[in-house]
Amino acid sequence: MVNIMNVSKKYNDKTVLDDISVDIQKGTITSFIGPNGAGKSTLISLVSRLIAEDDGQIKVGGENIKEVKSEELAKKLSILKQSNAINMKLTVRELVSFGRFPYSKGRLKSDDWAKVEEAIDYMELRDMQHKYLDELSGGQRQRAHIAMVIAQDTEYILLDEPLNNLDMRHSVQIMKTLRKLVDELGKTILLVIHDINFASCYSDNIIALKDGRIVKQGRACDVIDECVLKEIYDMEFNVQNINDQRICIYFD
Amino acid sequence: MKIRYLFITFIILSIISIFIGVSNVSIWDIFSLTEEQAEVLIISRIPRLLSIVIAGASMSITGLIMQQLSKNKFVSPTTAGTLDSARLGILVSMMLFTSAGLFQKMILSFAFALLGTFVFMKILEKVKFKDAIFIPLVGIMFGNIISSVSTFFAYRYDLIQNMSSWMQGDFSMIMSGNYELIFVSLPILIVAYLFANKFTIAGMGEDFSKNLGLNYRQVVNLGLAIVALATASVVLSVGVIPFLGLIIPNIVTIYQGDHLKNNLPHTALLGAVFVLVCDILGRVIIYPYEIPISLMVGVIGSGVFIYLLMRRRKYGL
Amino acid sequence: MGYKKKTILLAVVAVFLAVLYIVYDLKGNIGYVLPRRIIKVVAILITGAAIAFSTTIFMTITHNRILTPSVMGLDSLYLLLQTVMVFIFGSGSFVLMNSNVNYLISIGCMILFALVLFRFLFRGENNSIYFLLLIGIILGTFFSSITSFMQVLIDPNEFMIAQDRMFASINNVNGDLVYVSIILFVLISLYFLRFYKYLDVIGLGKDQAINLGVPYDYVVKHLLVIVAMLTSIATALVGPITFLGLLVVNVSYEFLKTFRHSYLILGSVCLSIIALIGGQFIVEKIFTFQTTLSVIINFVGGVYFIYLLLKENKSW
Repeated sequence: MVNIMNVSKKYNDKTVLDDISVDIQKGTITSFIGPNGAGKSTLISLVSRLIAEDDGQIKVGGENIKEVKSEELAKKLSILKQSNAINMKLTVRELVSFGRFPYSKGRLKSDDWAKVEEAIDYMELRDMQHKYLDELSGGQRQRAHIAMVIAQDTEYILLDEPLNNLDMRHSVQIMKTLRKLVDELGKTILLVIHDINFASCYSDNIIALKDGRIVKQGRACDVIDECVLKEIYDMEFNVQNINDQRICIYFD
Repeated sequence: MKIRYLFITFIILSIISIFIGVSNVSIWDIFSLTEEQAEVLIISRIPRLLSIVIAGASMSITGLIMQQLSKNKFVSPTTAGTLDSARLGILVSMMLFTSAGLFQKMILSFAFALLGTFVFMKILEKVKFKDAIFIPLVGIMFGNIISSVSTFFAYRYDLIQNMSSWMQGDFSMIMSGNYELIFVSLPILIVAYLFANKFTIAGMGEDFSKNLGLNYRQVVNLGLAIVALATASVVLSVGVIPFLGLIIPNIVTIYQGDHLKNNLPHTALLGAVFVLVCDILGRVIIYPYEIPISLMVGVIGSGVFIYLLMRRRKYGL
Repeated sequence: MGYKKKTILLAVVAVFLAVLYIVYDLKGNIGYVLPRRIIKVVAILITGAAIAFSTTIFMTITHNRILTPSVMGLDSLYLLLQTVMVFIFGSGSFVLMNSNVNYLISIGCMILFALVLFRFLFRGENNSIYFLLLIGIILGTFFSSITSFMQVLIDPNEFMIAQDRMFASINNVNGDLVYVSIILFVLISLYFLRFYKYLDVIGLGKDQAINLGVPYDYVVKHLLVIVAMLTSIATALVGPITFLGLLVVNVSYEFLKTFRHSYLILGSVCLSIIALIGGQFIVEKIFTFQTTLSVIINFVGGVYFIYLLLKENKSW
């Protein structure tokens, strides 16, 4: 469980998050949607302690993240941000092995390496494991980063716009992998996503934010609704059921 | 702030500047000057006032132009290696010609300042991380390198202390006959005014300018030439005055907004006023001795700059 | 050749040069010349190690490869301190003649300055490290403007003495200082061991490092203090050599092609020793003491820096 309780955040007197309270169930994919500047990324950064909240509390697995040592939290929760400009000369395998840092502090043992191998295979990176990151395409690099998160082997995985700059094929591939992580390994995934159709098809729950407040939360099928979406985005939506999925059409 | 008030302040400070000094010339003597007093005024005081005003105005304007062209609020002759390059030019001229005249110094100093600034602009294009704070850091590092090249040669030719005096901006040695070079800056200011709008467009980038039918390269090169020429003439006749190009345009922007053509007169006047204030303070504080202008401006300017940085961080300006 | 072999190669070359420097053309009164040469070599080792070490850490915590600790304004502060001492006490005074006192005053002031700067700037929450550096560099300019003002006021003969102190030179390095420096260096290195394991991860960027459980602000703050102390030691021992770190750390990155800090630090330390001893050879044999080591290294390092900036590069 992730419990967010009465959390607020300001940047230079500008309120970005205003008294947010929400509980996130274990073993689900929860998507955060909403217009630009709604505070989605800020919220996810708060949960992953990249930035500190001004007010309120966040609990992960029942423990306040402020009271847990950062090193311990790294074994329970991982975050992947949208910008991953690493300027070191790293191979895929080396990057993935960094995922074991919370456990090994840089000295990997055989079971750490086993996790690394597993993560590489899980993301189908075996062929390119010795390639340098700057030789890869955007999609491959994103997969390498996700492999690192898998190697980190945390119960909770947070992703900030993981589909940014990816084409459709890679986007689908990544969403399927996330689904597999939840269904097969029982992880809990929180992600910020812009494409509401991806959110609709692959997540269990959706939380919609607007102007730093939660507008609507619930099961994906409840949030993907013409009236709700209109309230969030201030535009007309046409929601259709296609192959048992709710698909939004929003082109006039 | 209305430009009227700025102008009135400027006039008052100019009058004060003329009547401060070791030889006693009071404002009441103005209609009954002795021959000696008249000489002091003509040979020393008025040239001093003129050079202060021109140096202050033109160094501020060069900063404004550079900021428009680079689209970065913290780029200026101080933070782009221009001043250091100009000094290197003077040094090279002293090495090449045993008794370098003012003309040779001017030409070389101008050439080096131009080249240095040009290289910096090239670097700007290559740097992908265009952070407002990062760019001036790179520029200052770049300036330090030019200085280290200067030091390399100065050390070999025993010119270190001589070099130091070039670095030290100082109005106390200004006398009629040795400061006239600074007038080179005057026409530059006029050109700057005529081209103001074009600089603004060029600052939007090459593609943007081409779209509006502007010859981007030509305008940028003209801007850099103006900057280099003004810097070289001020460094040669007065010495290095740091920070002016950095702080004055930024202060003007704070109360006046961001329109180059409207800001030019404000920037020029405020630059002159600022240097006048610093100069008067420098003459008064340890009277009858003088604190050189570069030190006064260096101290006050670095303080103001740090304030501007803090303010920017607070308001995200 | 892998990075491990390359590091060993660098170490071998460094040791070879150090030994060569000690025994080269050794004649005359060996009992006098030999200890003096050893002192010089040890001074070079300490300076080179301190500069390379601190610059590697600094580049990792600032996440780029074109900034060196000198941008914190420490060099300028050192020059100011030396000038002020000449100005106030005169060149013949106890403070200047007794290099131990001078050394301790200089190191103390530099570390104090760095601590005040860090404390002041780490108070707020969204502290950008570039912001800190820009403030440092502006203060550096401020110090320089006072320095050059005083230099003009100082009598030219006295100025010669100040000038000697301003350019790094290991010809007149004092034996006692070398011992003090060794002790300080060892102490700082021991302290560093606590943070050593975090360096590779910090290189991944702030967000990644926090994700992997690094107490980021705490570690960076302490590493910055270590950098400031190492820089102060090197500067006070032989004078400012601004661009040495820039030169050797970048060459070390290019040559070793690895991200592992254990090798990068070792490699750049060796390279910096090679550069210093090589440079000293050039100063003594080619220029016959007509120039100083720092002037040459700053020149080469500076040119290399401009090359780095102009080269199409993705590392910043």
